[in-house]
Amino acid sequence: MHIVDGALSNPVVIGGAIAAAGGIAVGLKSLDLDRIPTAGVLSASFFVASLIHVPIGPSSVHLILNGLAGLLLGWAAFPALFVGLLLQAVFFGFGGLTVLGVNTVNIALPAVLAWMIFGRMIGRGSPVQGAIWGGIGGAFSIAATTAFVALSLALSGDAFLPAAKLVFFAHIPVMVIEAVLTGFAVLLARRVKPELFLRGSPA
Amino acid sequence: MAHALEPQAKTLAEATSDAPYGVIGDLDPRIRIVMACLFAIVTVALATIPALISALSTSIGLLLLSRLPIRRTLKRMAMMDSFIIFMLVLLPFSMPGEAMFTVFGFPASWQGLWKAIEIALTANAVILSLMVLVGTMEPVTLGHALHKLRCPEVLVHLLMFTIRYIEVLREEYLRLRSAMKIRGFRPSTNWHTYRSFGYLVGMMLVRAIERSERILGAMKCRGFSGRLMLLQDFCMTRRDYVFAVLFSLVCISLLMLDFL
Repeated sequence: MHIVDGALSNPVVIGGAIAAAGGIAVGLKSLDLDRIPTAGVLSASFFVASLIHVPIGPSSVHLILNGLAGLLLGWAAFPALFVGLLLQAVFFGFGGLTVLGVNTVNIALPAVLAWMIFGRMIGRGSPVQGAIWGGIGGAFSIAATTAFVALSLALSGDAFLPAAKLVFFAHIPVMVIEAVLTGFAVLLARRVKPELFLRGSPA
Repeated sequence: MAHALEPQAKTLAEATSDAPYGVIGDLDPRIRIVMACLFAIVTVALATIPALISALSTSIGLLLLSRLPIRRTLKRMAMMDSFIIFMLVLLPFSMPGEAMFTVFGFPASWQGLWKAIEIALTANAVILSLMVLVGTMEPVTLGHALHKLRCPEVLVHLLMFTIRYIEVLREEYLRLRSAMKIRGFRPSTNWHTYRSFGYLVGMMLVRAIERSERILGAMKCRGFSGRLMLLQDFCMTRRDYVFAVLFSLVCISLLMLDFL
């Protein structure tokens, strides 16, 4: 899902960088003294979670879990996921440098949207109901991420349209997996630590 | 990505002062970050194949200067290529232009092929220079250097926390995985696997939040007031200036080569 350097047109790259800077600024504002450790540890856990490979048929996919990150972090998901992407690019060579802004927006904006739309539903009702909403949020954020990736490719030139479509359809199994896993993760969190989602606001 | 973090690979938070990275490792971290950004912007701006090949050669030159394990670094670079290969293979078929050959009735164009080669060269040149110039730093140094380059302080704190806890949480993840394995868990495509992985993620997050509460308590107990003292100081030496000038000249000549 990472876009690499050189694939996008300049307006898309610059627009992405500005949007990412705005999102990060809003996210940083929401981080006060008490929330920095929480955001840091969660950012690290999502980095580790992306190492988990889940088998699907003969192949396997790695988790993204940006929906879950958004549900737990709210706007702070923007800087947290940016940090993850920065470390991946610098130390593992995934993605690129000039496209860091676009990649951050593509991953983090769906996370924030999932939080805005589904955040309140997660803490309500029975744990199973919360888990179902969590699953829908997880699928939504992956769908939105692939849509954003496809959009940034399509805005850069019509030649990318087939690739953009391919990206979207190739990620339908990923959406299902992410939905199921996010749902079960929420279910467990609701049972083990109910107060986590109770406030309807991020931890 | 699991293959990126091999068990024996050095961890992000661990100090590796005994592994110097040659000429590159001695340079001021700030100048390395700035030069990596400059090189990335210049490379993305290049549009001709000879200029892009020169850019990739520059990156490979940096790699040779840095004494990084060459094969492993190139393998990582190739791993990124495996992600984008589908897009690149599709390009000749989706871009209109002179037909090169046809597969099942779909014409492949020369223009598309050149575009795909351009993207591949750009992406590899930038990521390789980034890994060599910035990736050879200790992650903690990266945080300090970004702070000195006037990154927002909270963002630097977040980066430092993330770097610090990635390894801790990865160990926790491996511990949970071996606990599952010992109880006979074997991942495959079924509901049980997905439920177990979901619970695994949920458990990791619950523990992470509880851990962060303990961390905050411990930090407050030691008088944490929202400011981390970043003690590392950098100073620019003559070598740093020489490197900056030389590397900028390389970037300018890349641009000139592109215009000619």
